[in-house]
Amino acid sequence: MFKSKVFHSAILVVFISIILSGCASKEELCKTNITVWHWMTDREPAFKELAKRYEAKSGIKVNFDLYAPSDAYSQKVRAAAQGANLPDIFGILGEKRDFASFIKAGFILKLTPYMNEDNAKWKNSLFAKALAVNEFDEGNSYGVDSGIYGVPIDIMTIQMVYNKSLFRQLGLNPNKPPKDFTELLEIGKKISAAKLQGLVSGWGEVWMIDCFANNYAFNIMGKDKVIATIKGEVSYTDPDWIKVLSLFKDMQQSGLFASGLVTMVNKTAEQLFANEKAVFAFNGSWCVNVYKEMNPKLEYGAFLPPQASDKYPMAIWGGAGSSFVVSARSKNKEEAVKFLRWLTERDQQVYLAEATNNLPANKDSLSKIPDILAGFARAMDSATHPRVWGVSEFSPVIEAFDKGIQSIIIGEKTPEQVAAEVQRIKERELAKKR
Amino acid sequence: MKVKSALESYLLVLPAVLIFSVFYIVPFFSVLQLGFHEWDGILPTKIFVGLDNFKEIFADKIWWQSFWQSGYITLIALTFQNVLAFLLAWACDREIRMKNFYRVLFFIPPVLSEVVVGLVWQWILNGNYGILNHWLTHFGFTNLARDWLSDPNTALTTVAVVHCWKGFGWGFLLFLAGLQTIPRELYEAARVDGANAWSSFKNVTVPLMVPVVVMVAILTILGTMQVFVLIYTMTGGGPGYHTEVPVLRILASMRGSSRFGYACAQGITFGVILCMISFVQLLVSRKAKN
Repeated sequence: MFKSKVFHSAILVVFISIILSGCASKEELCKTNITVWHWMTDREPAFKELAKRYEAKSGIKVNFDLYAPSDAYSQKVRAAAQGANLPDIFGILGEKRDFASFIKAGFILKLTPYMNEDNAKWKNSLFAKALAVNEFDEGNSYGVDSGIYGVPIDIMTIQMVYNKSLFRQLGLNPNKPPKDFTELLEIGKKISAAKLQGLVSGWGEVWMIDCFANNYAFNIMGKDKVIATIKGEVSYTDPDWIKVLSLFKDMQQSGLFASGLVTMVNKTAEQLFANEKAVFAFNGSWCVNVYKEMNPKLEYGAFLPPQASDKYPMAIWGGAGSSFVVSARSKNKEEAVKFLRWLTERDQQVYLAEATNNLPANKDSLSKIPDILAGFARAMDSATHPRVWGVSEFSPVIEAFDKGIQSIIIGEKTPEQVAAEVQRIKERELAKKR
Repeated sequence: MKVKSALESYLLVLPAVLIFSVFYIVPFFSVLQLGFHEWDGILPTKIFVGLDNFKEIFADKIWWQSFWQSGYITLIALTFQNVLAFLLAWACDREIRMKNFYRVLFFIPPVLSEVVVGLVWQWILNGNYGILNHWLTHFGFTNLARDWLSDPNTALTTVAVVHCWKGFGWGFLLFLAGLQTIPRELYEAARVDGANAWSSFKNVTVPLMVPVVVMVAILTILGTMQVFVLIYTMTGGGPGYHTEVPVLRILASMRGSSRFGYACAQGITFGVILCMISFVQLLVSRKAKN
């Protein structure tokens, strides 16, 4: 009886100890360590190496904790925010309104004062378009105090790539990608006749369709009209939007799209392109690293999506690839800011670019990157991003738009039907907001 | 002494009660509470919207479409999957060669990861380089070859069939266990009375298997209505909305739209409907028993 009581009491003590140990203060643990949460599997070894270098230089240990895939990472950050348990440095994935919510909730440190130190030395070392993604202007629609809240650690552009060997096989000049949309459709016909696969991309993950469609929306109607549509001042049934949606029908009919494109995830698209099974891919600059790992001999080039109109320049999504923010509640915020400043200095950026084949966020590091990456970097002049537009489209509208494009590609709906449907949802969301 | 003993008992169940409360009861009430709020999952403030989320659900065509689609997959699972499972269990219950091998073989799909199964089938069914189309073409059925997962006419049925392939092993196991509980003497008595194989099956096997069939049907409905990982891996709900199911919609509301309140309301609605289905099935099974 006594033994049993002792045993039960011991179990109880152990249980309570386990619970209480989880509640212990982290103050001591956080004194000299900086914790960084990220989702970038491909950059993990490089980050670890940089952490070692930083520790050797400053004596401060930086722990990079990887949480992948990005969906799981996003949920972890949100959960940690609710539990007031965010790390010193982390990244925010998602739309600008999510970023704004984190700021408004007081989770993120404003970095403007740090960026402006020494005549804005830090700020000026970074690509302005990459910084813009992390910046809120005066009087922004999100109600966030204006300023810079994040540090870009690399930049990216999303554009088209083409396989040079398959171009030769089609009788095309491997150094001349299509220069306009008509030429692209002509190549589509050749691809179809040669029974090859045309364009591959992660259009099963709808954001990439959104990206492609927005490129052409900018080209056909210009930025102002796109923004006006998001604000609800222009209807999605406007002829210009119908024209944007019709491009997908034209591309489908020309045979440009690879089969299964509408349910394809980007990983599959990357495998197909890297294995020379597709002529074109629509992908971000991160693909350079992916293709290199999958097929080092792959011969390809990058180009802007060919213009469908001469009225406005083609715009592509680009800017900050990945950014980090500093937790406003961190005990080590000053140290965290110092580390981010160091991470975006020239030497570290060159190392990151070389090790991971991502475009550096530091302007001075571009001279040392491979040719194909430089091709992506040159497109920065044409880059834009929903995060810098100052307004965000309603998520249900984005979903209806993207799924609608899938329906056009599979021949289920016409561009006019999709436009009407998207506008109906837009009006519903506007009414809800009012 | 009695008080002490009672106190000791309470202390000993305390850990279990705590764990249950923290991981089950609190989240349940949080979800219930969130269903009546608008919340983006980040801001500390939640806006009370009353029944607005539930009203919106009733007008959400895509939500109900996803519901009917999971109903369609469930129907295929209830019929095709369970009939196949029953027939295979019946065959393995008889004196056939290598029956233990078949038992193991049929139980392999259920123990595989849904993500792995999804990816493997995606590869098999691929329109360009999938082996299904390769063999169809090889045997002269070129007109049947298609992009199974991207064609709106075949996508839902295709994922339903893959779901059945993945899940029939569970039914097989339960049916086999049920068949093995039927006393062999009943079959011998039936044979002595002049019953042939079909009569034995109809008059002995089927009536005694009714409770197992009902149980397998309940598990199939509850499991299939909540199907998610396999579809997420194979089609992501596409093309368009053709393979969307309720759990995918809940995820889209939460992750895609950052509408946690609406997602919780969808979860509650879904849970209530599943409870109603289970209740109806319980009534049916009681009637069947009687």
